[in-house]
Amino acid sequence: MLRLPAFELARPRTVEEAVGLLAEHGDRAAGLGGGTDLVPNMKHKLVTPEVVVSLAAIPELGGLAVAEDGTLVIGAMCPIAKLAAEERVGAGWPAVAQAASLIASPQLRNSGTLGGNVMLDTRCRWLNQTFFWRKSLGFCLKKDGSECHVVSGGSRCVAAASNDSAPALMSVGASAVFVGPDGRRELALEELWSTDGVRNKRCEPAELLVEVRVPPTAAGHRGAYGKLRDRGSIDFPLLGCAVRLDLDAAGAVLDADAVLVALQARPARLRGCAELVGGTTPGSPEFAAAARAVAERAGRKARPLPNVPGDAEYRHAMVPVLVRRTLEAAGAGGGPVHPL
Amino acid sequence: MRVVTLRINGDEREIAVRDHWTLLEALRYELGLTGSKQGCDKGDCGACTVLVDGEPTLACVTLAVLAEGREITTIEGLAPRHRASGGEGADPLQEAFDRCGALQCGFCQPGTLLSARALLDRTPRPDREAIRAALAGNLCRCTGYTQILEAIELAAGEAAGVEVPTPEWMADLRRAEGTSRP
Ligand SMILES: Cc1cc2nc3c(=O)[nH]c(=O)nc-3n(C[C@H](O)[C@H](O)[C@H](O)COP(=O)(O)OP(=O)(O)OC[C@H]3O[C@@H](n4cnc5c(N)ncnc54)[C@H](O)[C@@H]3O)c2cc1C
Ligand code: SF4
Ligand code: FES
Ligand code: FES
Repeated sequence: MLRLPAFELARPRTVEEAVGLLAEHGDRAAGLGGGTDLVPNMKHKLVTPEVVVSLAAIPELGGLAVAEDGTLVIGAMCPIAKLAAEERVGAGWPAVAQAASLIASPQLRNSGTLGGNVMLDTRCRWLNQTFFWRKSLGFCLKKDGSECHVVSGGSRCVAAASNDSAPALMSVGASAVFVGPDGRRELALEELWSTDGVRNKRCEPAELLVEVRVPPTAAGHRGAYGKLRDRGSIDFPLLGCAVRLDLDAAGAVLDADAVLVALQARPARLRGCAELVGGTTPGSPEFAAAARAVAERAGRKARPLPNVPGDAEYRHAMVPVLVRRTLEAAGAGGGPVHPL
Repeated sequence: MRVVTLRINGDEREIAVRDHWTLLEALRYELGLTGSKQGCDKGDCGACTVLVDGEPTLACVTLAVLAEGREITTIEGLAPRHRASGGEGADPLQEAFDRCGALQCGFCQPGTLLSARALLDRTPRPDREAIRAALAGNLCRCTGYTQILEAIELAAGEAAGVEVPTPEWMADLRRAEGTSRP
């Protein structure tokens, strides 16, 4: 039995009211989307807000629409299940739909929201445990302690970004719209993350994520998501990889991108992907060779840490495998890649 | 304390809850509906699955106050719901679980049945792949899942008036029973 620490629940009906509450209570408040991350974290006393601001009664946050200019606009409170099932998302932004379909379990996708997934706290095997467990260990520097159990002597938390939607959204150039006490701002998702595991998002506590905007993809767009996890039914990623390929009319790659998650505190773009696969045609031996080259580079650059569950060496060995397979799946217009 | 009215299994139930109580705590400890199980209590296992507006939802990570105004179905509501729509006895899924031996300790069963019920309400004849996907968030530590899948196939097939092939182990069981009984 894991009781929640006591708090007061606020149920604002407008974004302005919610931002006002978050600003008024500062660090003592937390926004509640579906609660599938925040509630377990509160039960583990990783966060102990005095005021929990539920966003469920703000109708304008629940939308999922394609704007006139083709931009996909996902409201922060859009359930993950709805995003995963929406045909237009699967057709236009396949990596996003595939990643959403592999988040957690069916029940958690019904309650969990896209906003909560983007804002998901970083995770670590030494952290996402009960208070009793953490106390027995002497806590750690992300919460209640002063030591890091992943990097001994480390002064910086390296808990891992573990949100599957993040790399997929980054691969298609999405941006996040926040409303705070100083008004509205939009920033590329790329710019949202930092490498600090304690607070891996560059936004203020009083800023509310209201929507994620994803630019339209071109006719030759192909995308896929690959996810490695212990149990295919439910687990967080041990490694996630989103791929974007933009093909020209003849079917050759014009532009390409691969973004990885669950290695460090931020989802990270793999550099040089476009240079390696550009000009090749999916299905050809040249494309296969280029995909292998990208995969090898990813393997060389990756430094998996013993932060999330799963053996770091195994995860390292799987980096090139997952990157190559996800590139090939995207090339073939398939995916998701979900080896078990 | 706040007084909330929850719509549970077709009834309106007025209860006093605190803001930080989960729906699972309200069900079990305020309303005495202990069919929804408290397993991990943090979203991992699915034992606390209830239907909220027809969608499988984990009661252990849902705040009770936020369930107000929604239609909640717990395991206690399945048989009455079946009878209210003209059926007899328990929900055919419950009967099928019984006939197929789709449980051992039974701890996962209420949650599994509700996920299965939501699936069949939406998709009356799911294939095995769809059943597996719908049950992905319901962990069972005992049965090995095979009988659970067979039970759902049996209930779905019978509801559609289709003959469902008898699982091989059932024939074995009958043979074994035949030999052990005088
Ligand atoms: C067993 C289990 C398995 C899981 N597996 C996965 C997985 O495989 N992949 C994955 O990505 N996730 C997984 N999750 C985590 C979670 O279910 C999802 O990430 C979900 O999408 C989170 O959304 P939510 O609405 O429930 O977030 P919440 O819990 O409501 O919020 C998460 C965080 O974001 C903040 N927040 C929420 N909405 C906003 C907003 N609009 N503006 C500003 N801040 C906000 C909250 O304050 C909180 O800090 C899993 C969870 C569990 C319990
Ligand atoms: S990386 Fe280190 S400091 Fe961060 S959560 Fe894990 S053990 Fe704690
Ligand atoms: S008790 Fe709710 S998921 Fe385990
Ligand atoms: S029957 Fe024991 S957990 Fe499923």
